Amino acid sequence: MELFNNLIFGFSVALSWQNLWFAFIGCFLGTLVGVLPGIGPLATIAMLLPITFNVPPVAAIIMLAGIYYGAQYGGSTTAILVNLPGETSAVVTCLDGYQMARQGRAGPALAIAAVGSFIAGTICTLIIAMFGPPLAEVALKFGAPEYFSLMLMGLVAAAVLSSGDMAKSLGMVAMGLMLGIVGTDVNSGMARFSFGFSELTDGIGFVVVAVGVFAVSEIISNLSERTEDREVFTKKVTGLFPTWKDFKQSLGPILRGTGIGAFFGVLPGTGPAIASFSSYMVEKKLAKDPSRFGKGAIEGVAGPESANNADAQCKFIPTLTLGIPASAVMALILGALTIQGIAPGPQVMTQKPDLFWGLVASMWIGNSMLLVLNLPLIGLWVSLLKVPYRFLFPCIMAFSCIGIYSVNNSAFDIYLAGIFAVIGFVWLKTEVPAAPVLLGFVLGPLMEENLRRALLISRGDPTVFFTRPISLGFMIATVVILIVMAAPAVRKRKEQITG
Amino acid sequence: MKVDLRSNMDFLAGLMFIGVGAAAMIVSRDYPMGSALRMGPGYFPMVLGGIMIAFGIYVMIHGLVNKEQVKGNWSLRALFVLPLATVVFGVLMEETGFIPALVVLIFISAAAGDQFKWIEVLVMAIALTAACVGLFIYALGLPYPLLKGM
Repeated sequence: MELFNNLIFGFSVALSWQNLWFAFIGCFLGTLVGVLPGIGPLATIAMLLPITFNVPPVAAIIMLAGIYYGAQYGGSTTAILVNLPGETSAVVTCLDGYQMARQGRAGPALAIAAVGSFIAGTICTLIIAMFGPPLAEVALKFGAPEYFSLMLMGLVAAAVLSSGDMAKSLGMVAMGLMLGIVGTDVNSGMARFSFGFSELTDGIGFVVVAVGVFAVSEIISNLSERTEDREVFTKKVTGLFPTWKDFKQSLGPILRGTGIGAFFGVLPGTGPAIASFSSYMVEKKLAKDPSRFGKGAIEGVAGPESANNADAQCKFIPTLTLGIPASAVMALILGALTIQGIAPGPQVMTQKPDLFWGLVASMWIGNSMLLVLNLPLIGLWVSLLKVPYRFLFPCIMAFSCIGIYSVNNSAFDIYLAGIFAVIGFVWLKTEVPAAPVLLGFVLGPLMEENLRRALLISRGDPTVFFTRPISLGFMIATVVILIVMAAPAVRKRKEQITG
Repeated sequence: MKVDLRSNMDFLAGLMFIGVGAAAMIVSRDYPMGSALRMGPGYFPMVLGGIMIAFGIYVMIHGLVNKEQVKGNWSLRALFVLPLATVVFGVLMEETGFIPALVVLIFISAAAGDQFKWIEVLVMAIALTAACVGLFIYALGLPYPLLKGM
């Protein structure tokens, strides 16, 4: 069995002391930022990207991935204990989780969330291991036209499936592509949009955009709103273990949640919030007594929590096998790979098998760590919630600035980040989503390159995208996604889900 | 029936798209366009600029129809102070070294909120600077002088 050989190889990579240590740091930091409202995995990964430069690529990616799925765990903790979703994906968990906590069943709620996430994580690790290699193999045969169409589909899908207005999202994709091509054009050697700054001829730093837009402007936005003091559910969490009945009730929701999460996971653009919301709706429909939901039904915690973790993990499938980021966080992970000198794409799996299989195995290890780490440390996480925001944001600023500066040792990058912070705040206020910018930014140069090559192959004939069957398939899919999502009924439903 | 466009959310968003798109197209005129067969460096940005303007017009009209206003508050203080803090950090990193840059950054950043307390910020600045020196300079080995030219 090749699958098992690969997995064993992966574990041999992931179980090295160094990689274990980085997986642990990632999970720990992830849980931390998941618990703390006002800072999410996106900003954290952006801030910590530069730190990973001195680390071997495998360890770096393992840590960043740990932050990502660790945050999903942490988000559920605050949702259950404080009725405050640490991450958007945990909004649904508040509904029944907090009610369980009020009934004195915080322990079982937390435990079932952790167990559900663990089961989902395990299944998704297997899914990635099974479907990753064949997908990459197909993708390796793609030529420039196929790649261009695939990227177009990925970007369009990511933009229209994510929350927010469709036209604005698509506009922001174009904005990201534009920012991505700032710098020296590879073909002609011409500096584009550098406005006379020699620093800009190397392009805008990835970390600069990510930190400016996602870390600093978040702070401006948080400081703009008066924050009322958070009330922490201080009653001691007792009786951690769910009863046998709890387990039996949760098993179905966990498995269904995993399926739903895995499905949404491979789709670009759909965040974990959509997966967890769908799982909640399914469980409510299937329940014999739907009126229990919202009053502390354990299925309402088990399903969504499994779904958001499954979604988070399966997002790695398109990212690692095709080099197409399915979400803003995945764009950051791809950015990290690029900075490490690894060109993202299907060749990663054959050229860097240790990276792919090591990461896959580390996800399972990380999920086990989270299970062990989270339950006993709940007291610590809860006490962290009491840290006021006024202590938090100067720390974020310090880490952000050091992080940006350390990429190129350049003060120019810091100034640029300040500008992006202001721009990011304007985006927040006019409700144009910033995530598509990051996707476009990562794919900008690749997309231009493939467009050029495709038209060179076809001697300038643009129909090449529609005459090659695979490319045509992507193009049709793109149009279908656009039409379906633009349909009024679907739009309304999406607004309900993503709010 | 006077619509206040200055706080019309989608109108402003559309304006931003049109502005950026138009600026990009104007700048791209200086780059050779080439042909579809051999694209010059101006081709892709020109197309993108056009796409942005198109979406911008759509979003702008959308705003004129739905008249949705910008929500929430603006903290002009934070909007001004935090970017300022980053700029000062950049300057001080070049001129004075890691420690002064970090301490000043923490002080200015903290002033962006409305609950600034000297003692608290001072303690935080010392603790955080010490932690960062330990982590970034000693543990990660970043090559920055702690204090320059003193």
